[in-house]
Amino acid sequence: MGKWSRRAFITTGVVAGGALAIGVAIRPGDRTDRVSALVAGDGDTLLDVWLKIAPDNTVTAIVPHAEMGQGAHTALAMMLADELDADWNAVTMIEAPAHKEYANYALAKGYMLGDRDIPALLAGTVDGFFLIATKTMALQITGGSTSVALTGRYAMRVAGAAARAVLLQAAADEWQVPIEELTAARSRIIHAASGRSARYADFAAQAAQLSRPVAPRLKSPDEFTIMGTSPGRFDVPAKVDGTAMFGIDVSLPGMKYAAVRAAPVFGAAVVSIDMASVQDVTSVRRVVNLGDAVAVVADGWWQAHQALAKLDITFSETGNEAVQQSDIFERYASDLDRATLENLLETDYRSGDIAQGFGAASRTIDAEYRVPYLAHATMEPMNCTAWVHDGRCELWLGTQNPLGFAKEVADALDMEMDNIRVHNQYLGGGFGRRAFPDYAVQAARIASESSHPVKLIWSREEDMQHDHYRQAGISRFRAALDADGMPLAWENSYVDKHDPVEAPWIPYAIDNQLIHYTSSSTHVPWGFWRSVDHSLHAFFTESFIDEIATIAGRDPYAYRRQLLHNNTRFRDVLDLAAEKAGWRQALPPGHGRGIAIHQSFGTIVAQVVEVEVADESPRVTRVTCAVDAGFAIHPDGIRAQMESGIVFGLTAALHGEITVRGGRVQQSNFHDYPMLRMRESPPIETHIINSGHAPGGAGEPGTPAIAPALANAIHAATGRRIRTLPIRHHDLSDRDYTGQDVS
Amino acid sequence: MVKITVNGEPHDLDIDADTPLLWALREQLGLTGTKFGCGIAQCGACTVHLDGVPIRSCVTPLSAVVDRRITTIEGIGTADKRHAVQLAWIDEQVPQCGYCQSGQIMSAVALLESNPRPNDADIDDAMSGIICRCGTYERIRRGIRRAAAAITGEDNSRG
Repeated sequence: MGKWSRRAFITTGVVAGGALAIGVAIRPGDRTDRVSALVAGDGDTLLDVWLKIAPDNTVTAIVPHAEMGQGAHTALAMMLADELDADWNAVTMIEAPAHKEYANYALAKGYMLGDRDIPALLAGTVDGFFLIATKTMALQITGGSTSVALTGRYAMRVAGAAARAVLLQAAADEWQVPIEELTAARSRIIHAASGRSARYADFAAQAAQLSRPVAPRLKSPDEFTIMGTSPGRFDVPAKVDGTAMFGIDVSLPGMKYAAVRAAPVFGAAVVSIDMASVQDVTSVRRVVNLGDAVAVVADGWWQAHQALAKLDITFSETGNEAVQQSDIFERYASDLDRATLENLLETDYRSGDIAQGFGAASRTIDAEYRVPYLAHATMEPMNCTAWVHDGRCELWLGTQNPLGFAKEVADALDMEMDNIRVHNQYLGGGFGRRAFPDYAVQAARIASESSHPVKLIWSREEDMQHDHYRQAGISRFRAALDADGMPLAWENSYVDKHDPVEAPWIPYAIDNQLIHYTSSSTHVPWGFWRSVDHSLHAFFTESFIDEIATIAGRDPYAYRRQLLHNNTRFRDVLDLAAEKAGWRQALPPGHGRGIAIHQSFGTIVAQVVEVEVADESPRVTRVTCAVDAGFAIHPDGIRAQMESGIVFGLTAALHGEITVRGGRVQQSNFHDYPMLRMRESPPIETHIINSGHAPGGAGEPGTPAIAPALANAIHAATGRRIRTLPIRHHDLSDRDYTGQDVS
Repeated sequence: MVKITVNGEPHDLDIDADTPLLWALREQLGLTGTKFGCGIAQCGACTVHLDGVPIRSCVTPLSAVVDRRITTIEGIGTADKRHAVQLAWIDEQVPQCGYCQSGQIMSAVALLESNPRPNDADIDDAMSGIICRCGTYERIRRGIRRAAAAITGEDNSRG
């Protein structure tokens, strides 16, 4: 199925007058009843399914997103509380239960109304057919940088405003005064004329009986009192004293522990297990053959892990046992060659006529870039505790997609989805990895053969070698320049497209463009990785535009700026980054400054990197970041996400590389898949623009531009153009170097 | 039986003495603030103090810690009585996912106990063994400077 359009939505008529059309907060009556049992405590009044007000006047926002450090729990509660005119000191939140009543209609609406293309992240979870799926929709996803941009905008703010409206109405009824004479502030209602004032809680019961307004008025930014401030995040205190509960920390009575080893070559199956080594180990309870993996259940995880290591397992041959990384790149290259030659490339974007541009060129430039596979390497390895009892399955874990996981587990155990209960915990890193349910399905299947709960924990080696990887890729460019060095045509062909569709698009005013691609499949599983396709395409496009600028003899910032002459939003972000970085200030020899800009998930980010190259490897000395996410709901949260996205992107650019050898992933732990450490981590300044455009995301947009900004800085410092990642493979100390790095 | 003392309390554990301390803390004693990250002393998520010195509990067998003083994140400070480093972590809003932060805080506390006035290089040297995948390093640096100022009563914060 292709893009979702408003027409598709209306003609099918799916709940057109209900939740999807008018926002999640205001579907009346019945829905509140159905979910009240899930979230209400004693004496709580549920105003709608997204908030409740307790007798002590505490407001609880019910947030349908997981917390993995991105601050969604706090930012979403702020959006609701501000519209409600709540007292922030008496606001708390709970994560919505993984229940279909909390299927994320706000996300659905955002996509349906054309805010975004529907990302692949959603397609797989709803059987790839979104409209049918509105009935059984498995949509409670944290991903795609959507929490604030869609849930916040279409659900939390509307819920807060609607609740405020009914509370005012209830007070007006009670006091027999016109509603226009009432004001609300800090969780109280005030009638100035009579000097009366009362708490929200005093009207909550009456308010819950009132029908909610269909389209409550939302505040304009100048009326915000909570949005745009940076209160402390709800999750921080528990994360400084060891009390925060991650999936791996869950403990249940009678629980046993499982370790697992999957077939090292993707796609292989278990042929046989020689049990001799574990037969006399008293702590070992069970060996479970999962078909493509083997699990050992024992009294402790270490015992299970030790026993599993000794187990002699034979796996089947898949035909991929000889595949090396070089084979994969050769195949990419030959598939791209063939598709180019035979005119089989699929078009991403076309404008003008590139043949005309190249025909008029004074000069043409071409380049090829390559990037490797990447693993997520969340600090908390994949894990899930499962308990199958009384015809039901309960799961305790960290997941970005609780309803999707419930559906997968239901399918695996041949149960109804209503019999699966997901208890989502804090996520020790997500970055897209925890959208894939493999670890939950394994745990559920192991537990289904046990009478007790089982906590499955993947070793780091298992986590790294059985990830869903950011794709490796090749991207080729050709540009035509006029006599002034300005581009007349831009052609980009690359291998393997995933998501989002616009990732390879460029913001520059170039009349003739053709961006196209071919597919080239491998046996390596693919996954969403922080910013998804943006993570490679920003490196490709922002490196190549830099090449063009320098070959044209122009300053890379000024050149970009000229090409953004009709795009003031981009230009403002670029200008701010350059200005704050002191772009025109001289640097000592051996130092360089690089710039890049990229839009992703509705947010524009420009970054300037300063680098020192004193020996074979670069040292990043400073990063300046400018970001326009429309409006910064929680400015410190945006800064934190930029810092995080930058370190994530620097880690990949400098060090990150997963390679395939003998059909399997070669790397196994942090010694051979290194992470950026504090001594390599630069000071980062983030500057925010509140442009007033539609709100964008924050969790991912910090990542894409940093790799090209760094590569461009290395070029400025050394004259070497980095066309392949990771940078650690380039020996920058080669002072005799005269040409261009190719690969 | 293995006798160990954690956060001042003695425990007798019915477990093989070659089991790494990490798993005894987490599974036998329920002290889940100490995290499993890599199992090979590469990431530092499992850092605890042994006689005040930071060690990687994932590669330290119980046999090596008998009769010695073990301190975990739970022994550093609680919501009622927080350590200066924990307060600084809240003030600077350091954690994101938070999974590595027990290890970060244990390393920072040990640093400040041995060197109450660390310079930037001291901080980088002491802290570079602990991986933070969320990239909170700059906030950790600020947190340590802030905690140092609070502990010494001097404003030695920079930047």
